[in-house]
Amino acid sequence: MINPVNPNSTSMLPAGLRGPWTLLKKELLRFWRVAFQTVAAPVITALLYLLIFSHVLESHVQVYDGVPYTAFLIPGLIMMSVLQNAFANSSSSLIQSKVMGNIVFILLTPLTHVQFFLAFLIASIIRGLVVGFCIYLVAMWFVDLSVANFWWIAAFALLGSALLGTFGIIAGIWADRFDQMAAFQNFIIMPLTFLSGVFYSIHSLPPFWQKVSLLNPFFYMIDGFRYGFFGKGDVSPMFSLIVVGGAFLVLALITLKMLKSGYKLRS
Amino acid sequence: MSLPAIKISGIHKHFGALHALRGIDLTIEQGEFFALLGPNGAGKSTLINILAGLISPSAGNISVMGFDVQSQYQQARQLLGVVPQELVFDPFFNVREMLRFQAGYFGRGRENDVWVDEILEGLGLTDKANTNMRKLSGGMKRRALIAQALAHKPPVVVLDEPTAGVDVELRQMLWEFIKKLNREGHTIILTTHYLEEAEALCNRVAMMKQGKVVALDSTANLLNKFSGKHLRLTLGSVVLPSSVEQLVRHVENGIYTFALDDMAQIEFVLSALRTADIKVLDMQLNEADLEDVFLSLVGNAQNGVRSVS
Repeated sequence: MINPVNPNSTSMLPAGLRGPWTLLKKELLRFWRVAFQTVAAPVITALLYLLIFSHVLESHVQVYDGVPYTAFLIPGLIMMSVLQNAFANSSSSLIQSKVMGNIVFILLTPLTHVQFFLAFLIASIIRGLVVGFCIYLVAMWFVDLSVANFWWIAAFALLGSALLGTFGIIAGIWADRFDQMAAFQNFIIMPLTFLSGVFYSIHSLPPFWQKVSLLNPFFYMIDGFRYGFFGKGDVSPMFSLIVVGGAFLVLALITLKMLKSGYKLRS
Repeated sequence: MSLPAIKISGIHKHFGALHALRGIDLTIEQGEFFALLGPNGAGKSTLINILAGLISPSAGNISVMGFDVQSQYQQARQLLGVVPQELVFDPFFNVREMLRFQAGYFGRGRENDVWVDEILEGLGLTDKANTNMRKLSGGMKRRALIAQALAHKPPVVVLDEPTAGVDVELRQMLWEFIKKLNREGHTIILTTHYLEEAEALCNRVAMMKQGKVVALDSTANLLNKFSGKHLRLTLGSVVLPSSVEQLVRHVENGIYTFALDDMAQIEFVLSALRTADIKVLDMQLNEADLEDVFLSLVGNAQNGVRSVS
């Protein structure tokens, strides 16, 4: 009789964690193997935004008293890249695996739906944070960015990337083709990001658009993250944290339900 | 007595209006080399996908060594290695990485590397271990797919059409490897269109048709039950007399294969042809094989289907 389960393992991890850890490791390696595309490219894009907008608007716009426009712009650009890359990581991995058919290698394993979710989620958070940190390091050459409260920065970076990583899992499971995924990215993620106050304060908008902006969850992530740098924001950071945390919980529950039922993965 | 490797009880599957599986009951004992045969659309892959947890059954249940594939899926999947039919791969990684990942999903760590090396060697993949999956030829990808299913050393191995599109040399090599696995104690379940291979390799055979098992027996018993002779006559383009037409099993390029129950029918066929003034250009007499059994059970009843490969 062949011994099927758990031979004398030399791994430091408990047996129950080795499966999800392997999936996480695979997901991290997947984006790291193409770091030029997944890390360097978004850093370059953010820097181009920074160079162009700061060059055009630096002498014309001051959003907060005593804060140059370039300094105002950097946290927004960092957070925008964190969110976009967290979304891109889980969504692109899942859609590629589905289209190529190799998702079956994961579906045949004893991994639970919670373990599946956590592995994809943590990989997305890590990619988002790596890209955000790289942009921060490079942006330091342009302006001396103060940090008013590190914990707000950390909380919004973590929760924001978790929210978008989860959203990416939903999109990756739902989309059957690359064009459906592109539609998700171009018609939902991009408009919500660009209209979230990355480049401006919503107080500079007409009252109607201010109210519309308050319905955009991306606004709270950007505003709360920026609060950590300047100690100033358009709304209270605690309120933003509750909105972002609540949105993450709702999406996480939806994702777990989709994974448990095998929606579009198992029939 | 040990638990059966696979126990399938009353499995039904509906895809909308299509009743794809109509009450399958099947028990496969540990250590068996079992073949699941049937024409396209018979429900073989649906059954295997339910076993693998990729599809939920509409009714019934399947267990792997006593563990239900739905309610105890973690234990059941630990015991099961499935080679998918489609040639799928992950283009980001090389062969060894893929095998380590696959073993890792099942909770296996570096201690499993010895087994991974054994699989690589057995499948002739050692010199390709560090090659990216997308750079492998079709045959090599097929071997890597089999290796991935075995990476966690499962006692029950399911191969869904593993030799489809594979050249003769590689097919022989794969069968030798799978036979070795079976000798070492792995239960092997395969679906194949190559009936001669099922006949040569498998101890037991289930034949499926339209979502049902129409025959289930040892290969030897099936051959005995359907024993008979095959008379192959080269006649050219002719119109057969109706008295012998019903004995025709297969027609190809003017060669007519007649299925006969006994030797006395040879004279009956030849006499009918003589009476119809049909000239016999060549004649061969063969024993029945698994393909004949398959055609008797599956092919004949399927409007006009007479050949399977």
